[in-house]
Amino acid sequence: MTPIEPIAERRPQHLPNDEPACCKPHPFVDVDRLSLHYGEKSAFQDVTLSISKGRITALVGPSGCGKTSFLTCLNRLTDLIPACLVSGRITIDTLDVLAPQTDVIRLRRRIGMIFQKPNPFPLSIRRNLEFPLREHGLRDRTQLSTAIETALRDVGLWDEVKDRLDSPALALSGGQQQRLCIARALALSPEMLLMDEPCSALDPISSGIVEDLIVRLRGRYTILIVTHNLAQARRIANDAALFWVHNGAGRLIEAGPAKQIFEDPRDPLTAAYVSGMRG
Amino acid sequence: MVKTLSRSQNPREWLAFVLVWGAAAVVTATFCWLLGDILWHGLSRLSWTFLTAPPESAGRRGGIGPILVSTFLILGVCLAVSLPIGVGTAVLLAEFTLDQGLFGRMTRRSLDVLAGVPSIVFGLFGNAFFCKTLGLGFSILSGGLTLACMVLPILIRSTEEGFRAVPASYRLSAAALGLSRTTTLLHLLLPAAVPGLIVGLVLGVGRAIAETAALIFTSGYVDRMPESLLDSGRALSIHIFDLSMNVSGGDANAYGSALVLVVLLLLINGTASWLATVGLHRKIVTV
Repeated sequence: MTPIEPIAERRPQHLPNDEPACCKPHPFVDVDRLSLHYGEKSAFQDVTLSISKGRITALVGPSGCGKTSFLTCLNRLTDLIPACLVSGRITIDTLDVLAPQTDVIRLRRRIGMIFQKPNPFPLSIRRNLEFPLREHGLRDRTQLSTAIETALRDVGLWDEVKDRLDSPALALSGGQQQRLCIARALALSPEMLLMDEPCSALDPISSGIVEDLIVRLRGRYTILIVTHNLAQARRIANDAALFWVHNGAGRLIEAGPAKQIFEDPRDPLTAAYVSGMRG
Repeated sequence: MVKTLSRSQNPREWLAFVLVWGAAAVVTATFCWLLGDILWHGLSRLSWTFLTAPPESAGRRGGIGPILVSTFLILGVCLAVSLPIGVGTAVLLAEFTLDQGLFGRMTRRSLDVLAGVPSIVFGLFGNAFFCKTLGLGFSILSGGLTLACMVLPILIRSTEEGFRAVPASYRLSAAALGLSRTTTLLHLLLPAAVPGLIVGLVLGVGRAIAETAALIFTSGYVDRMPESLLDSGRALSIHIFDLSMNVSGGDANAYGSALVLVVLLLLINGTASWLATVGLHRKIVTV
């Protein structure tokens, strides 16, 4: 396995929160007629969506419309679920994600994932970051501690934990745990981050800190975020996609630049949802 | 709050209170009586000589040295065989088979039935298979292997429960970080499943070390110091049985041996839970 390049050189570009300020849309992920079934039950059907590099794309919609299931297709976490059938095509860069010969370990290293509930391992703070790095071939002690420090600094956690790196990660607060999980994903230098409602299990202050962090990561990583919080989607997203349950299965109703989705939606359902009249 | 209840306030609640506390009192009293009886009669027999000397005059006099050695050897064989098979099967059942799949269901059902089979049946099976078919004869090896068969169902099922108790989020987040299944298993799931394993081990070893029926037919009766695993050896529980049933005047030494057995059981349980805590702690800090 190739050693992991330190991410220190890629400092965050300070981008204003304004939508057009980000890089020009440049497709990074192409999803073509993707459907997912759990046994007989369909989670979502026929989703075709393009996700742009370095931008924040928000997936919004009511519960149970397949947003989280959609995320898990992109890093093939669906492989872990028995009787789960994915059809369609996903291309990330030039990689055919769903092809059987695709190396899922490498794929998941390129695509980090943050879950709704912070889920650090029951190890020390240091070990939480070191364990995946070692597993991906980084053994050198100095390089390891540099990578750990960089990742913790990136999420603004370094000053809070630098004196207690060897204490259990589960002793951190919820917001700190979530930032640790983001740091753990960032330490592997992914190109893309999948975030499944990363703020919804946190208190308002921690939620705000994590949201600011996500905004700071814009540009360096392609971010796909599921959120139930429309105000949050409005604040941070460059692009947005609305999912809706239709005949018992999730469907993609409308996708486009966030500004257009929130201010000038084409679909009446989107208009009703973003104005708070439905959903 | 419960203690302030009186008969006049609510007769039904009062009855329930008496039944529940009465049941607990009966259980505790029985255990205390048993332990007290063994301590009362056995404590005077206990000495270093008793633990090391060979038995004399069919066990009426002398000690239990060779019997202790045989017991440990039988237990050692049992654990050496059942631990790897047990953990392996538990991993297969919990991590690599479908919950509702035919294979998993059949295996689990068979294990539950096996766990309830009387030990004498295991003894007869061990005698027929290990002693006769495999030609191991009455030996410590036959006894240990028979015990392993007996302990396996309990060990597997409780280790499997240990693995199932590990939150699914560990597996998901490990997979999302690109960790292989083997790494996840070795470094995250196994340490987290250790409590289940320890419970199974304590129950299993408890059953094994106190086993009499299954050993009479397999490891035999001989109270000499064993020279190899193929020698016959008398286990502690058989010694107790023999002294109290077949040897007149053997009661005093039977009590002494019973006390040693009880202390051994308590020691094993204590060590197991200590190992679990220390082992988990070490995993968390350094690995």
